[in-house]
Amino acid sequence: MKPSVLRLVWPAALILYALPAALQAQEHNPFANDPQAAEAGKSHFRINCSLCHGLGARGGARGPDLTRPQKKHGNSDADMFRTIHDGVVGTDMPPAMGSLGVEMKDQEIWQVIAYLRSVQVKTAPPSGNPEHGKALFNGFASCSKCHMVEGKGGRLGPDLTTIAAARSLESLIESVRDPSKSLVPGYETVTIVTADGKDARGFIMNEDRFSVQMMDTNESILLLDKDALKSFKKSPVSLMPPYPASALSDKDLEDIIGYLLAVSAK
Amino acid sequence: MNKLLTQSMVGLALGFSAVSACAQVTFDRLLNSAKEPQNWLTYSGDYSAHRFSLLDQINATNGKSLVAKWVYQTGAPGDGSNGRFETTTLVVDGILYGTGQDGRVFALDARTGRPIWHYERQPPTDIRPCCGRVNRGLAILGDKVFYGTLDAHVVALDAKTGHLVWDVVAADYKKGYSFTVAPLAVKNLIIISPAGGEYGIRGFVDAYDAATGQRKWRLYTVPEPGQPGSETWGGDSWQIGGAPGWVTGAYDPATNQLFWTTGNPSPSNRGLAREGDNLYSDCLLAIDADTGKLNWHFQFTKHDTHDWDATEVPVIIDSGGKHLIVHANRNGFFYVLDRTTGKLLSATSYGNATWSHSKDAEGRPAPDKDTEPTQEGRRMCPGAAGVTNWFSPSFDPQTGLFYVNTNETCDIFSTAPQKYEAGNAYYGSAYFNADDSPGVGVVKALDPLTGQKKWEFQHLTTSWSGVLSTAGGVMLTGDAQGNFILLDARSGKALWHFQTGGEIHGGPMAYAVDGKEYIAVPAGTALYTFGLP
Repeated sequence: MKPSVLRLVWPAALILYALPAALQAQEHNPFANDPQAAEAGKSHFRINCSLCHGLGARGGARGPDLTRPQKKHGNSDADMFRTIHDGVVGTDMPPAMGSLGVEMKDQEIWQVIAYLRSVQVKTAPPSGNPEHGKALFNGFASCSKCHMVEGKGGRLGPDLTTIAAARSLESLIESVRDPSKSLVPGYETVTIVTADGKDARGFIMNEDRFSVQMMDTNESILLLDKDALKSFKKSPVSLMPPYPASALSDKDLEDIIGYLLAVSAK
Repeated sequence: MNKLLTQSMVGLALGFSAVSACAQVTFDRLLNSAKEPQNWLTYSGDYSAHRFSLLDQINATNGKSLVAKWVYQTGAPGDGSNGRFETTTLVVDGILYGTGQDGRVFALDARTGRPIWHYERQPPTDIRPCCGRVNRGLAILGDKVFYGTLDAHVVALDAKTGHLVWDVVAADYKKGYSFTVAPLAVKNLIIISPAGGEYGIRGFVDAYDAATGQRKWRLYTVPEPGQPGSETWGGDSWQIGGAPGWVTGAYDPATNQLFWTTGNPSPSNRGLAREGDNLYSDCLLAIDADTGKLNWHFQFTKHDTHDWDATEVPVIIDSGGKHLIVHANRNGFFYVLDRTTGKLLSATSYGNATWSHSKDAEGRPAPDKDTEPTQEGRRMCPGAAGVTNWFSPSFDPQTGLFYVNTNETCDIFSTAPQKYEAGNAYYGSAYFNADDSPGVGVVKALDPLTGQKKWEFQHLTTSWSGVLSTAGGVMLTGDAQGNFILLDARSGKALWHFQTGGEIHGGPMAYAVDGKEYIAVPAGTALYTFGLP
């Protein structure tokens, strides 16, 4: 009896071990176009992903907009599975299991992908001229005075090398037209006056209850004790001036965004 | 307390020498911990959970000259993957005991920080504790120290050598049970309760024989059908009802009662599957210490859908002939109860709590209409992390003030239907900071009889540090930026601070060796001590 039992048990064991690997290794989502799976995926997404990517996957404080067809780390089902399952080394994106606050099995990951496909926008990407956009960025529009792209530019604003992959088109436009409306945390304007009457304006690089480290508009780093300051004021306003259509046309803005999209896709 | 008496007690305390180490820690010593203020024998310093030290060498006059004395590195990775360093260290006759992340236990020379022994127990690779691989400390009794593990074991170690004495399994970690709490030693028993409210466990409070590890009693914090309170659970939801007691309670020797608090019902933010009040989640339980019998309970938040665990330290206070127990609750209200009967005497808002503007017949804050989480998300204050949380408050009998770190945050609470699977996270929700800012943290000094604020000290952002007060007229706390701060206990004025380089997430405590007072606090992944030059 024993050999026959073993013969039965071995294939069963192989199937059990092979199942997760098969689910993981496949190229296409087994739940593609399944509305029930997409609904389940929505729940998993809200619990595990939305803290960074936003409730509707439209991007959040730390994660990119996932409703766009172009994904930074690959668009295929297999690419998206890998990104979610393994996380992305060198970014905030954690693996799906074994990290604090995120727990998804393979089936749940596929359901999340089904959900993301269901909310993917169908509109065509902006068709700006990247070369003209680059020229504007570094010239007429003066963006590079404060923003770095691929290691070149100023330090007073956020590095924009990957910004187009992380933000929605609407968000990028708003950041140029009305930069104070949705200010990136940490880029509020700070104004200080020292005990001997010197003043400075810039943004806070770090602070605690007792000290502040700030960069002024000359890109100098100032190290200050709060108790020793005559005045210390934070304002929820960006150092960046607004760019209305009268200062930067819609077409020029589209070209600049086209440039940022091209850079972020590298 | 009488100042003269305090000084004489401290003088006596400072006269003890580290040479006399390793005397047995009897129940009598635990009962009379005030007679040996050089030692810190329980999680909160005494059975009343005051986290107040009678030591007064460091005071409001000389506190500005504090210096770092020694630092002990736990050896845990500093990247946060192993959780925060949340221990409250114990000190007995010159030896300091503590727990690090991931099951580390250590004994140090309390004068120098030099290790005496170290115990490390590898947790299984598939544990998934909800909120970090943390541990809040030890209990000590006789010649052993006791702690709970992330895979839900209770472990006794020889206090002199760190050798394992016994190791018992309390629950199945694969179903989401874990221990993060510092146990409490009472008589010959080790009292402990699990974490796991985010995994659909069924909570309990256990008592183990300190000598053998044999379980003497278990009180389930979610009743089964037929037991009182079972009618507060819809269907079979009681089986996965949560209500874990993951913060150390208090003990009243006069009535032989344990006071233990419980956490959220499961799933934490979706109440549809568990209609009813969901007893005994978010409760204060009065438990007979010998038998585990529940004498009375008080539920702070009925049918909680905002993750407002009541796992904040309950504090025993006697005043004007009244036997009270007070509780700064995560839901934003400060409760005063008669600890003999469990009757609510007052409930006062002490932070930003938008969910209640009325009281029920018992005087308990009652929820407004439309406070439940919705699919689209609903803003509510406090956020899920609460106005305060597990980090310890302090009661100073000299100033008569209750000190607590509070946080001003609001969350958007959104439901997300979720099927229960054993061992998997079971939130039923998502919630986010509503204001795109780190929030504000404030140390508040409250009148514990009324909950009224007497002074406050503002942090830069929210703080998860415990608070310590001492007979020197000072109180100590920390912040998220790594500052350890000494305040005047009467005014809240900052007198001194030290940048530790790591977020402070644990409970400060005080001890003395060879006539010198020390303050110890965990920060980042290291234990810091401070004293006078």
